Amino acid sequence: MTQAVKFTLNGAECAVDLDDPRVTLLDLLRERLGLTGAKKGCDRGQCGACTVLIDGVRVNACLTLAVTVQGAEVVTVEGLATQGALHPMQQAFLDHDALQCGFCTPGQILSAIGLMNEGESGEDTARVREGMSGNLCRCGAQPGIIAAVRQVLRARSGQTG
Amino acid sequence: MKPFQFLRPRTLSEAAEALRRPGAMAYGGGTNLLDLMKSHARTPDVLVDMTAVSALQDIALDAAGDLRIGAAVRNATLARSPLLQRHSPMVAEALLSGASAQIRNMATVAGNLLQETRCAHFSNPDAGCGRRDGGQECDARLHAGREHAVIGWSESCRAVHPSDFCVPLVALDAMVEIVGPSGLRRVALADFLLLPGDTPQRRTQLGAGDFITGLILPAAAAGFAAHGRYLKVRERTSFAFALVSAAAAVQIKEGRILAARLALGGVAPKPWRVTAAEDCMGGRPPTADVFRAAAEIALSGAAASGDNGFKIELAKRTVVRAFERATVGVAPLDAAMPASVFDTLSKA
Ligand SMILES: Cc1cc2nc3c(=O)[nH]c(=O)nc-3n(C[C@H](O)[C@H](O)[C@H](O)COP(=O)(O)OP(=O)(O)OC[C@H]3O[C@@H](n4cnc5c(N)ncnc54)[C@H](O)[C@@H]3O)c2cc1C
Ligand code: FES
Ligand code: FES
Repeated sequence: MTQAVKFTLNGAECAVDLDDPRVTLLDLLRERLGLTGAKKGCDRGQCGACTVLIDGVRVNACLTLAVTVQGAEVVTVEGLATQGALHPMQQAFLDHDALQCGFCTPGQILSAIGLMNEGESGEDTARVREGMSGNLCRCGAQPGIIAAVRQVLRARSGQTG
Repeated sequence: MKPFQFLRPRTLSEAAEALRRPGAMAYGGGTNLLDLMKSHARTPDVLVDMTAVSALQDIALDAAGDLRIGAAVRNATLARSPLLQRHSPMVAEALLSGASAQIRNMATVAGNLLQETRCAHFSNPDAGCGRRDGGQECDARLHAGREHAVIGWSESCRAVHPSDFCVPLVALDAMVEIVGPSGLRRVALADFLLLPGDTPQRRTQLGAGDFITGLILPAAAAGFAAHGRYLKVRERTSFAFALVSAAAAVQIKEGRILAARLALGGVAPKPWRVTAAEDCMGGRPPTADVFRAAAEIALSGAAASGDNGFKIELAKRTVVRAFERATVGVAPLDAAMPASVFDTLSKA
């Protein structure tokens, strides 16, 4: 029995007929929809490389069954740039050399945008580190990552007074 | 993963009906169950998604002061609820200390209570595990270590209950609301979770067709709102399960302890509470000696289940430190590192 799943993916309507409810959102994105930005590091919720936004909230796509995103709004790293302009968080990662191999980067960026949406950390280093602890980086790029995230959060708080 | 059928009920009666199907299991955020299904430690035939059941989504304070929390409320939503933060802030502190932001956004209240142990033998179907398969086999018998219990364990199981959330809940007399073939009932969380004894597979009082609809924090819990802390000691500052943890709360009047609450995490197959430890503090001043005396009672009978005897002393010191913090008062809820020994916002 196939299950029709309709959701918004990076702003566009997306309809898939799932032949099997076992498919995770991560596998759907990577293997069936050709969006390989979200990475499979552990497939068990432990590394954050698969982080995407569902209705603006950061989650692990590897522990999300694709059937459960019915009607939801999913955003992956492929949907962040608008008309060729990088999202400020993407730009900040470039500015701060916040990566080495880049494997964790899409997950870090989506997680950082989730943190920003939560609006609780401010630019405090300890809070940002705590807030980003669900994303591991095996290359040790955290100093750059935290600096990048703080830059965006600082700019944001400047804008909103 | 074994194939399964996926159902998404909208009402309680649809959910009850779906859960009566053979091989059916409730599905919350899936952060624990899906993980175990991937390793074949769990093989449900039917998954019943509880997150679209509208009756399981509310957080409400009733006229008597009881806080009722729906089973499908997400951990992150609950931790941010002003109702919870006013009623029982140490519960919010415990929630925020668990897992990662991503997992807290997904995990549900009922799923958190019913999450399985993280004992590596449990999640590996090739290992012998009576908790998973029934029987007395326990491959952790010769390999127990930091993640295993030092009290309340048995020869057939030395796993710990890994939840942070449940520790202050047990300290505060939280009740679990259950719906099943025999109707609706409420059971104290402390009784709902079972010790392994020689039936390690029986982890809770849930029977066939039963499911959790909510959780109740009684009005009396709010009496500890001003002086209740959750302290979690772990291998790294964040995103790690507790090695040991303590939920400690006091009511103080004119320099004397009127009432105290204490439960420990990471040390036992369920949050460990010994009311005699709480009672021994009554009428005495909130000092380290008094807290240590309570810790000794709480852990009397503790015994290493393997290479983990250090957890007994660590637990006692954690109790003292948690009570010292509780005496100072509640930390601002946006603490830099919630429940961490490194948080700087309320030194004690
Ligand atoms: C990498 C990682 C790190 C973690 N770190 C921590 C930590 O530090 N501290 C901590 O406390 N936790 C931690 N967790 C565990 C996490 O808190 C749990 O996985 C989560 O709370 C489970 O909730 P869920 O809704 O996803 O449950 P699910 O996985 O959906 O379900 C878990 C169990 O609950 C049952 N269930 C769900 N809803 C109901 C219902 N309404 N009625 C009856 N049964 C139901 C399911 O059948 C299943 O048996 C971690 C998890 C991961 C993956
Ligand atoms: S791949 Fe999802 S958390 Fe590691
Ligand atoms: S840049 Fe390599 S894992 Fe983070």
